[in-house]
This record gives sequence, C-alpha cells and structure tokens, in this order.
Amino acid sequence: MTDFTLPELGENITAGDVLRLLVKPGDTLAKDQPVLELETDKATIEVPSSVAGQVKDIKVKAGDKVKVGQAILTVDDGAAAKEQAPKPADAKAEEKVPKEGALEQHVEGKRPTPVDKPGVIDHDQQQPEPKVARPFPAPQNEPKKVVDIRGARATTEVATAPEMPQAPAAPSVRRMARELGVDVADVQGTGQAGRISIEDVKEYAKRIVASAGIGGGAAGAVALPDFSRFGAVERQPMRAVRRKTAEHLSAAWATIPHVTQHDLADVTALEELRKKYAKQTEAAGGNLTVTAIIVKVIAAALKVFPQFNASLDLAAGEIIYKKYVNVGVAVDTDRGLLVPVIRDVDAKNIIQISVELSQLAEKARSRKISLEEMQGGCFSVSNLGGIGGSFFTPIVNAPEVAILGVSRARMEPLWQPGTHDAEGAFVPRMMLPLSLSYDHRVIDGADGIRFLRWVVAALEEPFVLALQG
Amino acid sequence: MTSTQLVVIGGGPGGYAAAFLAADLGLTVAIVDPEANPGGVCVYRGCIPSKALLHVAQVLSESRHAAAWGIEFGEPKIDVAKLRDFKNGVVARLTGGTGQLAKHRKVQYLQGYAEIIDAHKVRVALSRGGTEDVQFEHAILATGSLPAIPPMLKLDDPRVMDSTGALDLPDIPKSLLVVGGGYIGLELGTVYGTLGSAVTVVEMTSGLLPGADRDLVDVLAKRVAKTMKDVWLDTRVVSLKPEAKGIRVAFEGPRVDAQGGDGKTPKEQMFDRVLVSVGRRPNSAIPGLDRTAVQVDQRGFIMVDEQRRTHEPSMFAIGDVVGEPMLAHKASHEGRVAAEVIAGENVAFTPRAIPAVVFTDPEVAWCGLTEAQAQKENRSVAIAKFPWAASGRAITLDRTDGLTKLVIDPDTEQVLGVGLVGPGAGELIAEGVLAVEMGANVTDLTLSIHPHPTLTETMMESAEVFFGQATHVYRPKKGKR
Repeated sequence: MTDFTLPELGENITAGDVLRLLVKPGDTLAKDQPVLELETDKATIEVPSSVAGQVKDIKVKAGDKVKVGQAILTVDDGAAAKEQAPKPADAKAEEKVPKEGALEQHVEGKRPTPVDKPGVIDHDQQQPEPKVARPFPAPQNEPKKVVDIRGARATTEVATAPEMPQAPAAPSVRRMARELGVDVADVQGTGQAGRISIEDVKEYAKRIVASAGIGGGAAGAVALPDFSRFGAVERQPMRAVRRKTAEHLSAAWATIPHVTQHDLADVTALEELRKKYAKQTEAAGGNLTVTAIIVKVIAAALKVFPQFNASLDLAAGEIIYKKYVNVGVAVDTDRGLLVPVIRDVDAKNIIQISVELSQLAEKARSRKISLEEMQGGCFSVSNLGGIGGSFFTPIVNAPEVAILGVSRARMEPLWQPGTHDAEGAFVPRMMLPLSLSYDHRVIDGADGIRFLRWVVAALEEPFVLALQG
Repeated sequence: MTSTQLVVIGGGPGGYAAAFLAADLGLTVAIVDPEANPGGVCVYRGCIPSKALLHVAQVLSESRHAAAWGIEFGEPKIDVAKLRDFKNGVVARLTGGTGQLAKHRKVQYLQGYAEIIDAHKVRVALSRGGTEDVQFEHAILATGSLPAIPPMLKLDDPRVMDSTGALDLPDIPKSLLVVGGGYIGLELGTVYGTLGSAVTVVEMTSGLLPGADRDLVDVLAKRVAKTMKDVWLDTRVVSLKPEAKGIRVAFEGPRVDAQGGDGKTPKEQMFDRVLVSVGRRPNSAIPGLDRTAVQVDQRGFIMVDEQRRTHEPSMFAIGDVVGEPMLAHKASHEGRVAAEVIAGENVAFTPRAIPAVVFTDPEVAWCGLTEAQAQKENRSVAIAKFPWAASGRAITLDRTDGLTKLVIDPDTEQVLGVGLVGPGAGELIAEGVLAVEMGANVTDLTLSIHPHPTLTETMMESAEVFFGQATHVYRPKKGKR
C-alpha cells in the first residue's frame, strides 16, 4: 500500500479545494495520470499521480479542502483501510434541562442510538435484497455541476458530500443563479448572516459579464440545439486546462481592443548563424530554435519599448510598467495550450534561453510543470511555424499588453534594388512572417509598428541587439 | 399514429404534474397509463386512500381518548362496506378531478400500457383494444414503483396482502401480521389496529422506521406499543403456510423464544391475515427499454442526471423509478423540473430538503439533514430540541408526547434539517422545509413571530433552545451557551 499525498503545486499554494475526483476505487492508476482537479485561489489544476497501482481507498471527496502533504488516496493490492469510526456530533444545545414542575419530559440529553442505515428518507430500507452501494447520492447531496450522464463517468459518479456549508440562498435565488450560469456558492451575500439575494446574484453576474465580456465566461452560455437530431454525438467534459483557456481567452478578447500588425523578417543570414551554432547549443542541452532567438530579441525590444512591458490597471487609472523581463512561450500539449514563462530573459544568453525553453516545454508536455512556472510573464510568443501557415492574429495574454505570433519561414523572391554597378533583381531570401497583436488602450498604432520593425531589424541584423538592446 | 412533443409514460403524481406543466408551457402532451384517470399509485392505491382511512382511525382513537375528558361515546359500530365506500369515493373524486384537468389542458390520455419502439416512438396497447403508435420528441418515464415481495413471502392466497390488498379493506381480521416496520406497515397497521384487529408488527432490523432519527422514532414506538398487540424487532419471517384457520407464520431471530407470549417472539404463530410491506421496488421493467440507451442501475433505478435526463437524450425519467426517496411530492417536483427542461429552461432538480412524513399516530416527519445522517457522515452539527410537554397547545390537545428538533450547522447557524414527532407533524414540517430551502438560520426562526397557541411555536422555541434561552424551558444559568 502506498499513499499518494498532495504534492507541491507552486509557490504560495498550500491548499486547495477538490473540484472533482478523476479516479475511483478499483481503477488502475498510472504514474502522471490526473487524479483530481484542485481549485486553488490561483487556478484550477489537474493533479497528476506520482504513484502507480490499483486505487484502493480515496481519502478525499469533492468539496474537501486538502493541504500539501495530505494523503489523497492509497494504491496497491493490500486490504482496504478501515473506515474510521464516526465521531460524535457536536452537541451544542443538547445538555439536559432540569425537571421543572409538570414539564418533566423536557429536553432529552440522550443521543439516539447510531443506526447503520443510510439515508434520510429511505423508506425502502427493509428490502431484504443484498445491500448495494447507492450509485447516486441522495438528492440533496447531488453534485453541483450537471453530470454528463452520457460520459463514461455516469455510473462511477464520485460521491460528494453535501455542500459545506450550503450557500444561504433561497430556491428562487439558486434557480436564477443557474439560469445566469453562476455558481451560487461563489456569490457573496449581502444580507443578514451572508444571505444571498437575487440582487446579489445579478450583481455578481454583471461583474462576470463586465470582466469577461458578453461572449465570455460562464455568463455567455447560449442554448444549444439537440445535436443528436442530426446525427451521433459524443459529449466529453471540458478538462480543466480547456475550461481555463476558454475563460481566459474570452475575457481577453472581450476586454482588450486588439490590433494585429503583420510584417516579414529576412532571416536568411540568421538561419545560417542558427545552423552554425546549433551544435554548440545542443551540447549545452538545448535546441537553438527560432523561438529561442526571438525570445531574446523580444527581451531587448521590451527594454527599448517599455510600454510593451506593461499592464493596465483601469480601476486605478494607472499603467504598471515592469522592471523585469519574463517572456512566456506558448506550448502545445495534449492537455491543451500552456504558457511556461522564462524569467529574467534580459540576463540570459540565447544558449541559456534555448536550454531552459527545452526543459520547460518538456515539463509542460509531461504535465510536470508547476503553476509557478506559468506565472509572471510580461509578453508572450506563440510560434506556430513548426506546423505551417503564414500570419495569424494571436490574442493578447492578458494582463500582458502584447503578443508576437510567428509563422513558418519560407523562401520568397525579394526585390534587391539596383546599385550603380548592378541592376536590380529578385533574389531568393528566407522570409519569416511575424504578427504582433497589442492592446490598443496602452499602445498606439505607430508604436506597434515601431516595435515590430525593431524586432524585424534585430532578426535581420543581430548586431542591433548588441547595439541597442 | 399520433405525433406529440412529449409523451409521459405513467400518470402518477410525477407524471401528471409533468404533463400538465408541459401543456401549460405550450407543448403537445400525451399521457399513457393503465388506469382510467391520472393519479397513479398515490391516488388509487397509496397516499390518498391510506390517509382517508387514517383520518377515520384518528377519529376513532380520539373518541376513545375522550373518555379521559369525561366524554364517553361507547364502542363504535363499524360498517366496513360504508367505510370502503367513503375511501373509494375519495379516490373517485380525486381521479375524476385529474381526468378533467387533463381534458381542459388538451392532454391526450391514452389508457393502456406502453412499449418503447425506439427513442422517439412508443406503442400503446390500449385498454379498449388495439394499439396506437405515438411518435414523440421527448418522453418522460414515470412508471413509479411496485410493492417488493421477497420470494419466501410470495403466497398465492388472498389472506397474504400487499399494501394494495390491505387498502381494499376486505374485512377487519381478528389478527393481522404486518411484515416490515417501515412507514407503509405502520400506517396500515395503525388503521387495522384502531379498527379492531390485533396487529403484530415484525421488523427485521432493531428499530421501527429504519433511517429515521431514533429520538423521533422512540416517541412513536411508545405509542405503537399501545396500539399494536406486539412489535417484534430483530425478527425475520421464515415462512408463510396457508391453512384453513389462517396463515401459519414461522419466525427467526435472536429474540425468538420457543414459548412465545409475554411480548416475546414465538417460533410460529397463526394470523388471520398477513400484510407484506417490506418496501417498494422501482418499476423499470418497461418493455422495449433495451431498445434505447437508457441505463438502469443495480437496484433497478433508471439513471438520470441533475435535469432528470437519462442516457437517451430524448428521454427523461422521474419519481420512484429514478431513486429514493420514493415519495409522491418528490416525483411531482422532479416531473415539473423535467417538463421545464424539455420546454427549454435551464433548471435542475436540486432540493435541499425533501420532507418525509409517516402518518402514524403520532405523526413523524423530517426534512433535510437528519442527525443520523450527520453522524454517519461524521459531520459536526448542533442539535436543538423542544419537547412538546412545554407547549401550551400540546397540553390543550392532551398530547404532550411530541418533540421538535433542529439540526444546525454550528458555524453558520443555518438550519440544515428539521425533525418532528407529534400530532400534526406532517403539516408542521412544511415550515422546516421552507427554513432549510431558504437557508434560514436559527435567528430567523426565533425572530419570526409564530401564532399562539399552536404547535408551530415549537419550531420557534426549539430555535430559542439553541441559544440557551426559551420562554417555556427554564435552565439555570451556567456560563455562556
């Protein structure tokens, strides 16, 4: 029997709420397989297992708060752990009341004998059939989320505890919350003892809409037709990364007035240099990729154009300029899009960046990346060139204010103007398509193209880096 | 061939509530049910006829009690045929009413049995002969439940009855054995016991009403000990043998004593009639269900999600056939939820309190979290109890054996559950349901003025007990609460 305990999840994360369990007793658990979804105050994380074997005993349930180091489950083939005996409930107002006059039957201090029968209103107890585990929890214990009954989890639904504590909201309020796509447990009640009113729910929903935009977030769910009328469909729950991406990008798209500026960089010379130093980088444990070089160029550009290394604090009416240079790089993983961040890029050389980038990308793909390693970015780079395409419109990774999209470089005829002793001619050059999206609230169009031209120049003449960067 | 937007299979309190709401929301609706009118087990053979009989039993029991107040009526003369007519009249009036309501709403009522052809079609074998195919966009399966009869209690003898047979009131047997100390057995046992039968209740577990909080059941058990001839706990029925003089019943269990008598369980005893009320099983054996993606769990319940949708997207299921508690009011609520979902509303079945009422004398009722369940879940709760001995209203009724208790979250002081035992508990529990659903805290109960003198004051005063100060309970001061 091996215990799996909640691993370190990142700086300042000591605990989280179990959103749902992704395994059940009896499952065969592989290493790195996600065990549960944990909601921390920073993000929702799928926690991968560090152990392998058959799941014996799950010690937490949805809704539980778990701490780093706390046992989550036990694997292997030993005997299942005995359930701990129920501890007597709090008996606050239950002390004996002394006899008084004729009223001698007063408060009984006696605790009812424990009954080993489940259920509040289980009239069917006496059924002499063998007892089987109730596959659905009693209605008042039903999970908060709509269970995708068509999914594989239908029969293995995780038993959830009753909401603890239940949000103090009337049924009408809960119904309205559901219609607005709001989880009533998230709403802060303004009434007596935190009671949640319809106004509280509406106010909360308005705030979500304001921060996420009409089309974004939970509030924008549009009723779907019954697709099964048109043909076979399969429903799959959105995984945590997908949900987070959807929420984050909807919010960014809805709040940031985007402008995307395209340009081409002649990387013919850079390609030669890249090939030349590839071996050296490889020896250091990295790959000298276009992305690594661009990360370095961006670091230099952020110093020249500080408005690109900024965040907007609309509430305070201030622009926050950052004195550090961390660059995020979008990584395509089987879980979805992740953006690990390389820190202090300005203090690192391209070989160091290459090595770090390889390590982070590998960690992201093998799910070992910590939340911390995905935080604190100033600017993001998304290179889709490995797959193909030319130009696209990346979405700014808020609260950053700009992102550079990189597409596939290709040979193109470039007009070389004539000189006094040679005629003008088309020459084959390796051209790299670049797409810069920026937050127009912070960055003006002229600055946008100045930034992009600077990046192009640095890629075409790496000397610019040393000269100005 | 009929074509409809919604077909509801089963016209019980869940099915007809769903059908009527769907019709009111503008859908074309058909109900399929073998009875002449909507109503189902609840109205034809369950809640309603049993309550009609229990009302009569209560009148009898109170008139006997009246001797203590100086009023003697003498022994009542009971005309079983007339009593049966009264009960049947109640059923006829209610089912006639639901039939009219269906007509007014233009809900098509197909009397017969449904067979599922595919996810959008059922074939109804009509009671008047022939079949009718119904093409539908959505279906609600509301087929309810049936009395569960274990094989060793199955006997083809009219003297061995299930709840349906007992409600037919064939006669008032001299002796009646009730197998199963759950709510059905206790309610019907109360009816027969009050009408004059010597009733013996035999229960497999160690207490009556398994699942309910013991402090509530204890109050009932004291009274039941007087109404019934015997209550044998921890006892199992091994066999039933029909003989000319009655049904010979053999018992087994730790309390079985070869001699019997004196409250002890005998090995064998003869009874004029036997009522088997060991529970109900979901009626999910719907012909043709296997032609759909609908899934049924190990206990026979149709599996549904929060919106009561089955694994077959066009089909919903509600009521007893989808799970515990098997109660009419739960089914009606689920039916209305399913109808709204089908009409395009984003709603779900998410109650916090489903009231359960046992219409015995005294009545037992509870809702939300019970103390037993909290204990089982190892969840810390505070309990506040108010004994009815301190209630003025209970004293005027000469019924001081009741108890009101609150199950409270100790941190938020929210009322999580309410338990009641006493006359009228079934009516009183509604306030508890409202409190739990509204997320009321204990202070809310103390600050809501309750009418005097009524039993509802026990809700308010139990809330006061939580804070250590109740008008009608004196406690010497000792530190803070």
